[in-house]
Amino acid sequence: MEKLKIALVGNPNSGKTTLFNALTQSNQKVGNWAGVTIEKKVGYYKHKNYEIEIIDLPGIYGLSAYSKEEEVALNFLIQEPPDLILNLIDGNNFERNFYLSLQLFQLDIPCVIAINMIDELKQKQIEIDYLGLETLTKIPVMGISAIDSSFIDHFISRIIEASHQNSKPSPLLPDYGPELQEIINKVCSLINEDLHRIEPLAKLPSARFIAIKLLESDPYFMSLFPTVKYRAAINPDTDFESQLIHQLYAKIENYQKTYTGPSLMTSNPLHETLDLIFTNRWLGIPIFGTLMYIVFWLTFTVGGFFLDFIDFGFTGLLSPYLHTHLEAIGIVPWLSSLIIDGVVAGVGSVLTFLPNIIILFFAIALLEDTGYMARVAFIMDRLMNRIGLNGKAIVPMLMGFGCNAPAIMSTRVLENESDRLIAILINPFMSCGARLPIYVLLTSVFFPSIGSLITFVLYFIGILVAIFTAMLFKNTLFKSSNSPFLLELPPYRLPSAKGLLYKVYHHSAAYVERAGTIIFMASMIIWFILNFGPEGYGDLTSSYGKAIGTAIAPIFKPLGFGNWQASLSLLTGVVAKEIVISNMAIILGLADMNAIKSVTTLAQGISQIFSEASSLAFMVFSLLYTPCIAVLGIIKSETQSWRWPIFSMIYSFLAAWFMGFITYQIAQNLI
Amino acid sequence: MTLDQLSLGQTCLITGLTASKSKRRRMMDMGLTIGTVVLYVRRAPMGDPIELKVRGYHVSLRSDDAKDIVISNISDE
Repeated sequence: MEKLKIALVGNPNSGKTTLFNALTQSNQKVGNWAGVTIEKKVGYYKHKNYEIEIIDLPGIYGLSAYSKEEEVALNFLIQEPPDLILNLIDGNNFERNFYLSLQLFQLDIPCVIAINMIDELKQKQIEIDYLGLETLTKIPVMGISAIDSSFIDHFISRIIEASHQNSKPSPLLPDYGPELQEIINKVCSLINEDLHRIEPLAKLPSARFIAIKLLESDPYFMSLFPTVKYRAAINPDTDFESQLIHQLYAKIENYQKTYTGPSLMTSNPLHETLDLIFTNRWLGIPIFGTLMYIVFWLTFTVGGFFLDFIDFGFTGLLSPYLHTHLEAIGIVPWLSSLIIDGVVAGVGSVLTFLPNIIILFFAIALLEDTGYMARVAFIMDRLMNRIGLNGKAIVPMLMGFGCNAPAIMSTRVLENESDRLIAILINPFMSCGARLPIYVLLTSVFFPSIGSLITFVLYFIGILVAIFTAMLFKNTLFKSSNSPFLLELPPYRLPSAKGLLYKVYHHSAAYVERAGTIIFMASMIIWFILNFGPEGYGDLTSSYGKAIGTAIAPIFKPLGFGNWQASLSLLTGVVAKEIVISNMAIILGLADMNAIKSVTTLAQGISQIFSEASSLAFMVFSLLYTPCIAVLGIIKSETQSWRWPIFSMIYSFLAAWFMGFITYQIAQNLI
Repeated sequence: MTLDQLSLGQTCLITGLTASKSKRRRMMDMGLTIGTVVLYVRRAPMGDPIELKVRGYHVSLRSDDAKDIVISNISDE
């Protein structure tokens, strides 16, 4: 069994993900690159007696240190050089894609080029001179259409063949002209002496690549070669970077003319029309609003239908069934409760989000693969940029009004790491559907005539806090990062069904595997806290939870509800915001929530532990405080670190307390 | 003249890049280099960013950053 390690490198939107999924299908391992939230995808493909490991590097435009994605890709290539680089080029965009290729060649790592989207080129009647390109680059150049999987076997064979002809790096190195060339050579000879001593570069054979990086004043490489002698060779006043890049592009323009035929500036009338509609001054935003509404409806109403189905299956059928049967076998009550309220409920709570997540991801994959998502970023940028975010950030924000769990998963549409983190951290402030019962109940008791107005104001407060938080984080925690301001608007495409299904499958599987385990474990812990007390298994009001609730109740005194009943209800809300009200009912002594009489009793109970002012404070608090464990679990799995869910817990609690406090103080004086 | 002053539908030639080092590098990586021909396609519904056609593809750029691209006018379309 021979092993081959291949790195898949290419521009964003070049069809890399589609190719990767087509090659590796379900043999994928997903994690994160060390220290960042950028997803690392490694997949495997078996071909005859070869085991091929494919690493999907993030989509990049170049190899500089100015974006996290490029940093990650470059670090990988120099510190863990693969046996082969599979460079995927979008045939529609030869010039810009080949710019990356020329830089990749400088790394002296064996390379193979695959030109994607040949189906589209065929339609445009553009012919690529593969032979010419192969002669030029001295490496295999193949044309593929990643959505057509019939090519795969032949494609892999050629790649393996390439890796066996003592696969060479492409000797095609841009000719920078005599002056620049001389300087490059000079720097090369200077660094050659010290190269072997510099650890991160130990595996990188190309002195020339490093020399060019130094001439470009690349911060990372400059930090590795601090001594002055290199600087001496470089005239600090000359802008080598621009010159080097200029030369690269001059060559590329020539290649493009020679090998890909007449100008690719031809535009497709259909695309033009679509763009006219989707980015239209008057129609653009309403169309976006409508599409968002449809996505929202599909995710939460249609998804909700399935959710109810699953919920019914678990709590309506499975739980009672187990209840009677376990009792019949004579299982001890606490064990029975562990199985039913703990394990089954725990699994159920993970699965209930699955329909929403599947639908939302399908919708997002559709929007992304058709190219529309880039237009969303384009039309929403002005608004989002004011609060320091990318235009696409509006999508998770809107979805958050349904449920924060799938919404936070949808922050994957944001490629920039800090944009994504900020979007994740502000999402819980979008008041999710589960909190609505709290507002409904309390306003019906204390503010029966203006219930909707108050609810609306609450949602609005949530948005304001989210915006404020975004701006705060952008200026403090995430200050140094530059939000990408150059966004490619890819041509509109018909997505491939397979491509969509792979995406949905992988995201859903990621949710179950990564978030699912955390959510499940957390619900077990909470089950224990709420069902066990100093006297063993008991009910809520004699549990450890009650003790905790009583202990922390004084914290809420300045907010007007410093009693254990409110406090304990809020604690249960960390499990799920939906159960705050039902638990409050239990706490207030109501055995059966469904009896009509109970509602009045509930109302009475509530008016005993709240006042008008404190009910407002309570609502504001519930709006903003610590998100439910599903959300926390997802934050952990999406950021691959405990730091962020913990931060979210603390920050939201503080924000909630502060706003609740202000609300109470103001309300007290007005009411 | 800078790119943000270009009129809709006009083509121009980039003659200078005055942005910060990292932004400039990003622009060049995306094909916006001195000597490149750029077409101003449209403006977003809210006025910003703008859509350009460069080297055969479409890219969106904020007006603030367009101010850092020095151009000379070529033609009207």
